[in-house]
Amino acid sequence: MNRTDILEVIREELARLAPEVDFDGLDPTADLREQADLDSMDNLNLLTAIHQRLGVEIPDRDAGRLSTLDGAVAYVQAALGPE
Amino acid sequence: MIEFRMPSLGADMEDGVLVEWLVKPGDAIKAGDVVAVVETQKGAIEIETFDPGVLDSQLVEPGATVPVGAPLALIRAADEPPNAQAPARSAPAPEAPAAPTAPPAPVAAAPPVVQVEASGALPRLRVSPAARRLAAERGIDLSKVTGTGPGGAIQLADLEAPPKAAPRPAGFDFTQMRAAIAAAMSRSKREIPHYYLIDTVDIQASVEWVARINAERPPDRRLLLGALYLKAAAVAARAYPEFNGAFEAGAFRPGQAVHVGMAISIRGGGLAAPAIHDTADLALDELMARMRDLVGRVRAGRFRSSEIADPTITVSSLGDRGVEALFGVIYPPQVAILGFGKVVERPWVVEGAVTARSVLTITLAADHRVSDGHRGALFLAEVGRLLQHPEAL
Repeated sequence: MNRTDILEVIREELARLAPEVDFDGLDPTADLREQADLDSMDNLNLLTAIHQRLGVEIPDRDAGRLSTLDGAVAYVQAALGPE
Repeated sequence: MIEFRMPSLGADMEDGVLVEWLVKPGDAIKAGDVVAVVETQKGAIEIETFDPGVLDSQLVEPGATVPVGAPLALIRAADEPPNAQAPARSAPAPEAPAAPTAPPAPVAAAPPVVQVEASGALPRLRVSPAARRLAAERGIDLSKVTGTGPGGAIQLADLEAPPKAAPRPAGFDFTQMRAAIAAAMSRSKREIPHYYLIDTVDIQASVEWVARINAERPPDRRLLLGALYLKAAAVAARAYPEFNGAFEAGAFRPGQAVHVGMAISIRGGGLAAPAIHDTADLALDELMARMRDLVGRVRAGRFRSSEIADPTITVSSLGDRGVEALFGVIYPPQVAILGFGKVVERPWVVEGAVTARSVLTITLAADHRVSDGHRGALFLAEVGRLLQHPEAL
């Protein structure tokens, strides 16, 4: 799965959780929760969306690896393969 | 024939705007059904009825501003004939609501209405009923619209080109919400002699237990520590009834059940603390599911009248990105609020040796008219004790 497709899922979920956030203005290397002011419930909903829509298992101990947009893309690609 | 009235959804509420009927005359209704949507300072609220029967007639049209306690509709028993002399549907009167014909009386199961203070009222925007309805549907912030009607009233035409604004959750008027919080918190600080207690507890057992549970589960079935906080607070409140209930008309009325109000922050500013009913009786998974549902609905601007009216104690948790301790302001007419800080790792003495542990600071703000620090300390300690045995929650 390519980067654009993965980011699109995250963009759509963030639009629901944090509609005021300018997705294109986010720093993909910085902590997403801090940038978008996501609380633990928002974060759980975001992980749920990635898990359900992209079919990626995200064990709880791995949740920290999806803390940035780059981290999330890398994690999903590692799980599903790049294309 | 029973009058279905505009409920009081807080000490500061004077009236609400009927946005939408969800039940038609002739429809059967059962206790707990959502009958209508009302716009208040707290956002759009789904109003439930507690009287089963058949909706006989609607007494007001969408768009009308209706004072607390004024009838909205008539409900007849299932075997009762339709009302031949139903009152004429009153015309919408958003600017000058008729005085209630009866003293404000809430729907059954809601607490008695507290005397409303006029100082809490805001200057009301002049808005035509149709414009108000459309604004509610589209989530347009009317305070940002320039009216071109008589006296500057906002009309439908003024909404054709909505102002460009950052997208916000539908149903919220942030100015009104801020005013509602200001009114409730000012009243609290004016009337309630708060006392404050603070305690830091080793929370390692709960942290590890949640991690163990979550390790085996997909994200949609995971628990948050916040669910344990609510459950512990509710179980402790059942054992210490002077922290669970309402202080009204000069007397404390203990709650019949424990309905924990969960403080939920709303993006863009503001918060609400609606109830999770019978919190102490819910298994943790069920409680977590209710919390997820409630947070989702509140942030989307939709919650139910009983959730607003029923909390008997509030829990506020700033979560894992917050601060170590928070001291709450009691939400009247409640008499206590528990504050949970973020979990931090600290050097801690366990069996005579210093070791790194996850610790949590819990605070209690309680009403000195009802309880004293001694009982408060026991109550707070009980919350901390319950969190040492998460598997038993």
